[in-house]
Amino acid sequence: MELAVISGKGGTGKTTIALALAELAGNVVKADCDVDAPNLHLFYRGKDLVTQSFSGEKIAVVNKENCTACNKCGDVCQFYAIQNGEVNPFKCEGCGACVLVCPQKVISLRDEKTADVYVTETDKGIISRARMEIGSEGSGKLVTKLRDNAKKFAQENTLIIIDGSPGIGCSVIASVTGSDGVLIVTEPTQSGLEDLKRAAELCRHFGVLTLVCINKYDINEEISEKIEGYCIKNNVNLVGRIPYDDMVVKAINNLQPIIYFENSKANQAIRQMWHKICLYLNSFGK
Amino acid sequence: MNIAILSGKGGTGKTTVSTNLSLVTGSNYIDCDVEEPNGFIFLKPSQIASREVKMDYPLVDTNLCALCGACAKVCQFNALVRTKKKITLFEKLCHGCRACGLMCNHGALTFGKRVVGRIEEGTLWDIVCKRGILNVGELMAVPVIKELLTNLPEGVNLLDCSPGTSCNVVCSLQYADSAVLVTEPSLFGLHDLKMAVQLVRCFNLPLSVIINKYNREDDRIERYCQQENIRVLGVIPYDREVVRVYSSGKMVVQLPEYRERFEKIAKNLREVFPWN
Amino acid sequence: MKVAISSTGRDLNSMLDTRFGRCNYFIIYDVEKGFVKAMENRGQISGGGAGIAAAQQIMDEDIDMVITGSMGPNAFNLLRNSDIKVYQCKNIQVEKAIQMLKDGGLEELTQVGPAHAGIGMGSGKGFRGGR
Repeated sequence: MELAVISGKGGTGKTTIALALAELAGNVVKADCDVDAPNLHLFYRGKDLVTQSFSGEKIAVVNKENCTACNKCGDVCQFYAIQNGEVNPFKCEGCGACVLVCPQKVISLRDEKTADVYVTETDKGIISRARMEIGSEGSGKLVTKLRDNAKKFAQENTLIIIDGSPGIGCSVIASVTGSDGVLIVTEPTQSGLEDLKRAAELCRHFGVLTLVCINKYDINEEISEKIEGYCIKNNVNLVGRIPYDDMVVKAINNLQPIIYFENSKANQAIRQMWHKICLYLNSFGK
Repeated sequence: MNIAILSGKGGTGKTTVSTNLSLVTGSNYIDCDVEEPNGFIFLKPSQIASREVKMDYPLVDTNLCALCGACAKVCQFNALVRTKKKITLFEKLCHGCRACGLMCNHGALTFGKRVVGRIEEGTLWDIVCKRGILNVGELMAVPVIKELLTNLPEGVNLLDCSPGTSCNVVCSLQYADSAVLVTEPSLFGLHDLKMAVQLVRCFNLPLSVIINKYNREDDRIERYCQQENIRVLGVIPYDREVVRVYSSGKMVVQLPEYRERFEKIAKNLREVFPWN
Repeated sequence: MKVAISSTGRDLNSMLDTRFGRCNYFIIYDVEKGFVKAMENRGQISGGGAGIAAAQQIMDEDIDMVITGSMGPNAFNLLRNSDIKVYQCKNIQVEKAIQMLKDGGLEELTQVGPAHAGIGMGSGKGFRGGR
């Protein structure tokens, strides 16, 4: 079973919550699909079982020796990525148009390494993660790879928790499709509400069970209520209201999941939320 | 002059910093986070003019099409499929590269334009506020970002970038003259700051740092910046009052001590990136 | 009649792969003549539109029926519009799945996900250009 944790807006505490849920779940495999800012593995000491090179893109490569600088490539490129046989890798989209028109046939499309993919074994279970090459993009293909690796190591009753990226683009879409449920972590701010709406609409596109958690709800109870109202009107299930808690920051900076701090009110609220999430997942599950 | 404001990690306060800095310096505000643009919530510009962002896409003339499938085969993005009856397009996958057009020997392919988002522009006093919005369900933000950043107004433009270090940010950086990295003193903050610094250095842009949600006890960011010879323009402390103001969609600089902080940051910014 | 089954491996003993767009292989089986071949799914190396790439491959092979676990709306519509029937099956051995098909024990997949035109996503992946 797969639960994706996304946020729409960055900084709502998605990773903190995903981490807490993973600790509560027990038999779990974690997929850190927030590939532009992967942070889950920082909490665990582990050994990399698998290291793979990953290619997410192609780019044009020119054999300069035989290039006559006729610039037919530059004329046809819609992205201003090539000029007289010089490729700008930041702009090249790997479409191959230049390959088709080069009279000397000196251009080819080559797989470009964009990430290292790891399966890391820790004392608290497997983490499937990636480290991007600088300037490379995360992509749905990579997220799918990470989910696949997670599935390979998951057994019948294992829960896979996917820590998704912020936003509503392709990496998030790839985190969400085919999952058994999505938890959108939001915060009680105007920005948070706007982004929740976009994320919820995305989930609706893909017909996935959508759950919502308001993190730090008490920093603005008025907006929290607006969010609750939105959830009720739009058939989206509010499963948690987590209070703001100073202990959370301390816990993170000490590399500890909040659920081990007994006196933490955030801890208690997260545990209650987990109970509700399980009920939803089980009733929608296979 | 274009100053990119980025962070690596989401939620560190790029938008808080960009919008408030824009107000204090009178610089134009450009919201490049086209998937989740929030800057206008705070600045509330008026007289918004809106225009559509369009992308090329292939149109197949079924009278001329021989169903050879060459276009589908050459498409690197699986946007074109040859079924038994026709050529089918999946427009959201189409990058608009026109490689398909190059392959068609039957003259059956022409190109039309479809809407993928919009650009909105308004003003707040003298400040030009501009943003791009990607339509939900669309997969490519870059065409909207490019449209947004082409033909920016004169003067200083603060580019409020997307979180992360992916292609959206890479695209925005190509229009920037310098970069300000907004971070927070936490494990995640530092981890992601390092990635952002690496990326900006690929572009050889002068860079500096602002520490948001500042906490005096945690000096990990300052230590890192010192090691790396990176100038810290200023710090913005974290307290419930400022959070309250921000969460209601209001400008933080309406609080006097925060106005002072931002003015100080603006002064340091002008020293590092001199502008008129 | 040719059947394509999404598979984790190259032979009839392999387990069926419940994904369509991102499965490892398609096993092609002729209902009269038996096993034809196993082919690597082009969808799995795609950045985006994996379901679409897989569907294109199926159409190029003149397949009449597909057995798989689930598929996204793009792939499904492509196959349906080409009169290719899609049958749903759990992850059992490929040869058992074929037997079930012959015995009439498999249900047709008639609807997948919400009907949104031009979503552009097959079995759930994106590609460069996003976040």
